[in-house]
Amino acid sequence: MVVTRVLKAAWRWFDDRTGLSSAVAPLARHLVPRDSRWWYVFGSATLIAFVVQVVTGVTLAFSYIASPSQAYPTLVFISEDAPFGRVLRGMHYFGASAMVLLIGLHLAQTYLFAAYKFPREMNWLTGVLLLAFTLLMGFTGQLLRWDENATWSVVVAAEQAGRVPFIGEKLARFILGGDTIGGATLGRFFAIHVFVIPACLFAFIGAHVALVFRNGISEPPKQGEPVDPATYRGAYEARLAKSGVPFWPDAAWRDAVFCAGVVLVILALALIVGPPILGKPPNPTDLNAAPRPDWYLLWYFAVLALLPPSIEPYVIVLGPLAVGALLFGLPFVSNRGERSPMKRPWAIAGVIVAVTMIGTLWLQGVRSPWSPNFDAQPLPKAVIGADSGPVFQGAALFHQKGCLNCHLIAGDGGRRGPDLTNIGNLLPRDQMVLRILNGGTNMPAFGSTLAPADLDRIVDFLVSRRRPALR
Amino acid sequence: MKDPDDKSPLSPNASTPDPPRIARRDLLGRVSLAVIAVPALVLAVPVAGFVVAPLFRTVPRQWRTVGKLKDFQIGDTVAVKFTDASPLPWSGVTANTAAWLRRSADREFLAFSVNCAHLGCPVRWLKEAKLFMCPCHGGVYYENGEVAAGPPPHGLGKYPVRIVGEDVQIQTGPIPIG
Repeated sequence: MVVTRVLKAAWRWFDDRTGLSSAVAPLARHLVPRDSRWWYVFGSATLIAFVVQVVTGVTLAFSYIASPSQAYPTLVFISEDAPFGRVLRGMHYFGASAMVLLIGLHLAQTYLFAAYKFPREMNWLTGVLLLAFTLLMGFTGQLLRWDENATWSVVVAAEQAGRVPFIGEKLARFILGGDTIGGATLGRFFAIHVFVIPACLFAFIGAHVALVFRNGISEPPKQGEPVDPATYRGAYEARLAKSGVPFWPDAAWRDAVFCAGVVLVILALALIVGPPILGKPPNPTDLNAAPRPDWYLLWYFAVLALLPPSIEPYVIVLGPLAVGALLFGLPFVSNRGERSPMKRPWAIAGVIVAVTMIGTLWLQGVRSPWSPNFDAQPLPKAVIGADSGPVFQGAALFHQKGCLNCHLIAGDGGRRGPDLTNIGNLLPRDQMVLRILNGGTNMPAFGSTLAPADLDRIVDFLVSRRRPALR
Repeated sequence: MKDPDDKSPLSPNASTPDPPRIARRDLLGRVSLAVIAVPALVLAVPVAGFVVAPLFRTVPRQWRTVGKLKDFQIGDTVAVKFTDASPLPWSGVTANTAAWLRRSADREFLAFSVNCAHLGCPVRWLKEAKLFMCPCHGGVYYENGEVAAGPPPHGLGKYPVRIVGEDVQIQTGPIPIG
């Protein structure tokens, strides 16, 4: 009893001198539209994923050493020896994944509900910046996992920056921290990932949330209730006065439930799946590397592979700028009128197109059919259908000369070029010879490197590739 | 965008309507901002300079021995490694760079950059096919470094090579950009 009384007195003293509850209470109790339901949880869930990132990131920084020669051993230590290191690295990875995913959902939801219209233009613009910072965090974070994949990804990033006209080379040098991957590279990414972008994130999250309080949570859109800047604020206030509910706890309980779920899923994935596997150590002279981005940028990896080379320089430079300009320009182009997605079918179409595009590219990125298969093994005899003679020799040459790196035979080989399993049905012998000698857009010409006898054997093999029914 | 109902203390007409005082306050405010701006600008010089320093650091090119003449067979293409021109002391293994080196004739060598001209991934040499192939987006180069297939906009970069006595030397250079 005494303890309770003392604690209560202490709290009253503290609250009086700091003004804490009088500062927080109006924020917690501010009125929000009654019918803002589960659609509205993605913003706070993104914030909670960020909090997970800050907490796990700071913890990892206790052991991580941002030195090009020592980062890798510290990562091995964190992943294998340090108590809870594995789960913390896992949470940092899945927290990043969750943050990217949730900010994407938040973007799609606010776009579909046209929450960017008057008076919430600045909410939208700060949100677009937060999206950019989040993606930058994802990319720089992958590089801090200083393995072979990371070091080569820095080179890929520098080469992309190098495509920018006039200042490209300077930008590339800025990213590398010099002429090559070296001592200066990792420290720069560490400072950017751990100090520079997080500072921006804190500042803009603060602004974003302050704007939510200032302009209010947008009410779920209804058809036939267009936004008119002249009357909107008055109507919104009137609506809140009539039917608003306090944010805490009437609306916030959903955020609390969803956010708790997000954190538990992150934790579960970290425990069950674990952190991303460390690749080989970062050795720029080990040339058996095939760098790939983490999942959230795989779709962009696909873009870079599938673009026609002639337009590539423009897309690499102008593409991100165009997307940025589109997102930034949106609230200026349309800040009034209908908010309901049912009255804005093009908005629904836009989201479907964007999701389909990114999804398709992402699936392609997972399969990466454009990447040659360097692990292609010699074809088994059962597939060749012979264990001696020209067809057998041709099959061996088909493997030796690298054809199998790009072409598929009965499921073995690469997917860069056409599947040649049944090529004997499709092309006559002389056509095959022509194509091998002259090559094509995505196939080298073998005219100068292939001995005539070897060419004959390879074509013998290819002619024998026929559908079983016709053999 | 002046809000007539603005009663915030920062608003010039919040406390007094007296015009000369507004002007004085205004001046005082501007001078204060200028006073703050001076150290901010002064501080910006070393900060920005430090961060962009790598752009302006000129690294002298160095000749690095990658092996003896007798180590290389005529016609063979092998990966060699050498130390960057002036590595930082803590670089560790990242101080090294690799190149594809071919002894094309008795006293002639060709050294190709390992970086694909498309986006810089490390190309691999396929000995039997006499092709360089990139694992990322499928760029392919002929043995002379010219583009054979795929997205690369131009051929592989080359390093200068020289023979000094029995030593084969490569001249260091930046990662080829663009």
